[in-house]
Amino acid sequence: MSERSTPDARGWGVLAYPVAMLAVFFLGPFLIMLATSFYHRIPGGFYEPAFELDNWKRLGSDLFVDRAMFSIRVSLLAGIVGIVVAFPFTYFLTSMRRRWQVTLLVVVLSALSLSEVIIGFTWSVILGRAAGISNILVWLGLMDESEAYAPGFWAVLLGLVAIAFPYCVLAIYPSLSRLDREVTEAAQTLGASPWRTFWTVVVPVTRPTIVAGFLLVFVFTLGSYLISAILGRPEHWTLSVFISDQASFNANVPFAAAMALFLTVVSLVIVAIVLWFERRATARARGN
Amino acid sequence: MTADVQTAPSADGGLRLRELKKRFADVEAVRGVDLDLPSGKLVSFLGPSGCGKTTLLRMIAGLERPTEGRIFLGGEDITDRPAHRRDIGMVFQTLALFPHLSVAGNIGYAMRIRGVAKEQIRRRVEELLGLVSLEGLGDRRVSQLSGGQRQRVATARALALEPRLFLLDEPLSALDANLREQLQVELRLLQQKLGITTIMVTHDQREAMTMSDLVVVMRDGRVEQVGEALDVYRRPATAFVARFVGSSNLLRGTAVASDRLRLGDHDVRVGGTALTVGAEVTVSLRPEEAHLRLDERAADGDNVLSGTVVFMRDLGELFECYVDVGLGDPVIVAGSPRERIDVRPGDRTSVAFAPDACVVVEEPS
Repeated sequence: MSERSTPDARGWGVLAYPVAMLAVFFLGPFLIMLATSFYHRIPGGFYEPAFELDNWKRLGSDLFVDRAMFSIRVSLLAGIVGIVVAFPFTYFLTSMRRRWQVTLLVVVLSALSLSEVIIGFTWSVILGRAAGISNILVWLGLMDESEAYAPGFWAVLLGLVAIAFPYCVLAIYPSLSRLDREVTEAAQTLGASPWRTFWTVVVPVTRPTIVAGFLLVFVFTLGSYLISAILGRPEHWTLSVFISDQASFNANVPFAAAMALFLTVVSLVIVAIVLWFERRATARARGN
Repeated sequence: MTADVQTAPSADGGLRLRELKKRFADVEAVRGVDLDLPSGKLVSFLGPSGCGKTTLLRMIAGLERPTEGRIFLGGEDITDRPAHRRDIGMVFQTLALFPHLSVAGNIGYAMRIRGVAKEQIRRRVEELLGLVSLEGLGDRRVSQLSGGQRQRVATARALALEPRLFLLDEPLSALDANLREQLQVELRLLQQKLGITTIMVTHDQREAMTMSDLVVVMRDGRVEQVGEALDVYRRPATAFVARFVGSSNLLRGTAVASDRLRLGDHDVRVGGTALTVGAEVTVSLRPEEAHLRLDERAADGDNVLSGTVVFMRDLGELFECYVDVGLGDPVIVAGSPRERIDVRPGDRTSVAFAPDACVVVEEPS
C-alpha cells in the first residue's frame, strides 16, 4: 500500500479539475432533478417550486412497480445475452491476426455511429411482416405465410443486445487481448481440452472484465427507451419510455424526475451487489 | 546432417523425430529434423533465436502441428495427438502461471482437471511443494512470489502428474544471472533424481553445458551437431558450432601436407584429422588452448604464430589478449591471471598452441 500524504496546493489544483467536471456533468443535474422531484405539478401547465412527497408516493403504484421490475429484468437479461454473445466473439477476435483484429474492431466500432433510432427502425423492418426475414423463409419454402416478429418481447431484447454489443466487445477486448497465450497453452499441456481451458482459465482470469461488461450493458440498456418504444408493444415498454412519456407528453416533469432518480438509485444498488459478489468470488478463488 | 546418437537406446521410452518440418505462412521454421533422444536424459536444443528450437519443442508438446514428419514417443506415433492428451509437463518462457489461482491451485490444476480426489490432490501438492523447496507457501498468491519461487511453482506444476516428457522452453530466462546459475543446478539435480526424459530449449551455452546429457545444436531450422555437451565443445563439427558454443578462433588456410596447414606466412601442424593436400581447411582454436609467449621458441613441437598485441582485457577470473598475427581477424588468447605475461597493446608477442588443439571444422562456403 502506498502512503498518501495530504495534498499540497498543487495537489488540490489537480483534484479541482475532476471535482469541477463531476459537479458540472453529474452533481448539478442530479441536484436539479432531486429538487424538481419534490416540486408541485400544475395540471395542464408546468410546475412550481414546492416541497411535497406526492411524486415519490406515486412510485408505489402498481403500474410503476410493474414497469420498474420489467425494465430491470429485461436489462439484466440483455446484459447476460450481451456477454454470452460478445465474449466468444471477442475471444475468437483476439486469436486472429493483428490486421484482422483491427479491421473487425473498426467494423464493430463503426456501429456506434448509428443512432438508436436507426438501429430500432432497421430491426423493426427486418423483423416485420412486410419486408422482414420471414419473407425469405417463405420464399425458401420453410414457412407458408410471412409473420411479424416485431413488435414483441424478443424483438426488444434483440434490439437492446444489438445496441449494447459494440460496448460489450470494447469492454472485454483489452483484457482478452492481454491474456497471455502461453497461459492457455499451459492449461492444455496440463491435460485440459480447449473447452475446459476456456472454462477453467480464460473465463476465471477475465471474470472481472466479464462482470464489468455485464454491468455496462445493464446500465446502458436500462437508460434506453427508443428500442423498446419501437420494437415493443406497450407491455414491453421500459421505465425509460414511461419517464419520457411523463416528461414530454404529460408535462409531469416532477414525477418523471422522481422516477429517473429512483432508476439511478436502483441501478447503483444492483451494481454494488454484483461487484460485492465479484470481490468475494475473487477472494475465494485466490484462497483455494 | 543426420544425428544418430550411439548412446541412445531409442526403442524404450525415448523420443524419435522423423523428417520433421514446420512452415509458417512464408517462413520455414524447421526444415527437416531427425533425432533419436534417449529416455531419462536431459537434452538441450541450443541455438540462436530464430533457429527453430522453440518451434521444434512446441511440435513435441503438441502446441504446433508439423507441416510434415512424424513424432514417436516410446514407439507410439503421437503426431496427431492434441497437447492435452500427450502426457507432458512443460515450463514456459513466461512461466504462464494461472494468475487467478493460488500456488497450490496452480500445482494441483492438472489433477483437478483429471478429477483426482481432493484429499489426494492436497497430499500430492504438499509433496511437490517439498520437492521444489516451497514448503508452506501453498496458500500464497502467484503475484506474491519472487521470480525464483515462481519458476519453482511452474516446475512443480509441470511435474505434478509425473509426465512422460518434461519440456522446458528457456525456463530460466526471466531470472537474473546468479539465481539462474543456482536454479540450473537445482533443476538438473531434480531431473536426475526423478530420471524423467527432459528436453530444454536454450540459447545459453553455459546453461546447456551445466544441465545437459546431450546437446543438439540448431541453426536455421536444421540440426547442426548432436553430442555430449563437452564433446560438442571440444570437437565442434562446424564453424558455426565452434563460434556459437563458447568462443573460437577460426583459422583458414591451405593444407600443404596431411598434418600441415599453411596460414598466411605461418605453417602450423594439425593433430587428429588427416588433411587432403591442397584443400582449403578451417580449424577452430579455443582461446584457452592458446598461450602467450614472449619469444618464438616453442616447447615440444607446439605451433607458434608471432604478431602484435592489439587489445588486452583483464576480467579478474581470466584475461583475454587479442593478437594480430597477420591473418585478418586477431587471434584471441585467454587464460587464468596466473598465466598472464606483461604485454601491452603494440608489443610484439607470440601465440603458441598444441597441434591437437586445432580442430578441423566444416565451413559451408
